Amino acid sequence: MKLSAQYTALKTITIKEFLRFIRIWIQTVVPPAITVALYFIIFGELIGSQIGDIDGISYIDYIVPGLILMSVISNAYSNCVSSFFSAKFHRSVEEMMISPLPNYVIVAGYVSGGMLRGIVVGIVVTIVSLFFTKISFHSYSVTLAVFILTSILFALGGFINAVYAKTFDDISIIPTFILTPLTYLGGIFYSINMLPEFWQNASLANPILYMINAFRYGLLGVTDIDLTTAFIIIILFITGLFIFAVRLLDKGTGIKP
Amino acid sequence: MNALQIDNLHKTYRNGVAALSGVNLEVHQGDFFALLGPNGAGKSTTIGIICSLINKTSGKVTVYGVDLDKDPAAARMHIGLVPQEFNFNIFEPVGEILINQAGYYGIPRAIATQRAETYLKQLELWDRRFDMARELSGGMKRRLMIARALVHQPKLLILDEPTAGVDIEIRHSMWSFMRELNDNGTTIILTTHYLEEAESLCNNIAIIDKGVTVEQTNMRALLNRLSMESFVLYVEPELETLPDCGDYDITLLDKHTLEVDLHKGQSMNSLYARLSECNINVKSMKNKSNRLEQQFISMMNNKDYP
Repeated sequence: MKLSAQYTALKTITIKEFLRFIRIWIQTVVPPAITVALYFIIFGELIGSQIGDIDGISYIDYIVPGLILMSVISNAYSNCVSSFFSAKFHRSVEEMMISPLPNYVIVAGYVSGGMLRGIVVGIVVTIVSLFFTKISFHSYSVTLAVFILTSILFALGGFINAVYAKTFDDISIIPTFILTPLTYLGGIFYSINMLPEFWQNASLANPILYMINAFRYGLLGVTDIDLTTAFIIIILFITGLFIFAVRLLDKGTGIKP
Repeated sequence: MNALQIDNLHKTYRNGVAALSGVNLEVHQGDFFALLGPNGAGKSTTIGIICSLINKTSGKVTVYGVDLDKDPAAARMHIGLVPQEFNFNIFEPVGEILINQAGYYGIPRAIATQRAETYLKQLELWDRRFDMARELSGGMKRRLMIARALVHQPKLLILDEPTAGVDIEIRHSMWSFMRELNDNGTTIILTTHYLEEAESLCNNIAIIDKGVTVEQTNMRALLNRLSMESFVLYVEPELETLPDCGDYDITLLDKHTLEVDLHKGQSMNSLYARLSECNINVKSMKNKSNRLEQQFISMMNNKDYP
């Protein structure tokens, strides 16, 4: 398949995925906005006012980056996992399997869809944040890079989850038991410097910590970890997961008997 | 060059079930080819392998001279599939399903939109193009899958029970459409349990049983092998008893209806003459079941393979 044809196919999957979540915006875009508004009311206004500053920044400002990125992570992931699993469930994935599409285009298409949902939800949540606090940008490039790379990474995670999933239960196990705890323990609501030394070191094994801190650096200029390390980790994860996802489709895992 | 060549195809599923144990097929360009077999014979597995939906265990599949293993993308370009079960996203609009399918083949959106219009109009779905696929009736969903399979204009169209569950009127219009496609050069492989459909449409035939090709021939040769045909005759006047018709194998179904098993060597003309001698007029007649069905049942029951 020629490169121009592959590009057309990639665009097709991306548009299809974009329209899919936009068509049901009330289920996909509105709930994260409401959730984040509640976080701001409870943790920012009510509890946050009792906590004081962290790294010289008011608590409500400190949690903004984490809350935005949490929405990006969960939406990029859930878009890919639900969309690709539905395609398996309806068997509409066969539309792509019988076509000459290379598997890397299929993965890239679904990931683009997940990334777009992450970005759209991220923007909506950022707008909601403006009702509670002012957002300033310490570094536009770092903010944008982390924003996009994180959504790509978790869209890939969602895609791999969908490949392995056999039932609807399987698509909620990882978000519930792995993704949510890692996100909450990734420093959304606190600096790891507030933890005992053992838990500080344990937190370093959590990849989400690096993303949240890199994003916080982009917005506020403060971080618990080294920025270069954060980008290396994110890019390594993206590369590894992309290769793994393509290999799964090459072998027909979860889709070909 | 054959449109499709399958050599010694084997498939054993992970649970140990051997679905195919040596399928061989040769489908010529321009054929209207019937692929028949009882339930579980391996037809859908064979089609799944041709269309890259199922991994084969061994064997070779060549589509228009392209080895499926060596250049799967080029081989897939030639194939269009209408599967047995609905396999589109029911929450997508009808028009988008076609446009997206074309996009997967690298067809730009403007051309895809034109083609979608052409095929949706041909298959009488144009008025439903903005409706979600779930809102279509069963027959419309079947036609949607045919339109989708054609949108990249494949040379080889595989129809896996395309008329299952559709009413007789739509079935006949689908037959005309398929004939027209074939007349325009598209090679068609048809699997169906409606054997009158296969007999009426197809010129060549293969039968698969227990994962093995047990017969591949042309339709006329297969039907010539029929040793007996059964007919139902509607007669007058009323009959109280069975007339004496010599060697003819006749059953009285009711006062106006006879069933005749006509064996090879016996002719309908001499039967009519015989009935005439008994002052019985034949008002009309029909085949009890279609000829391919009789031959198929005979082969399956007697394992009467060449």
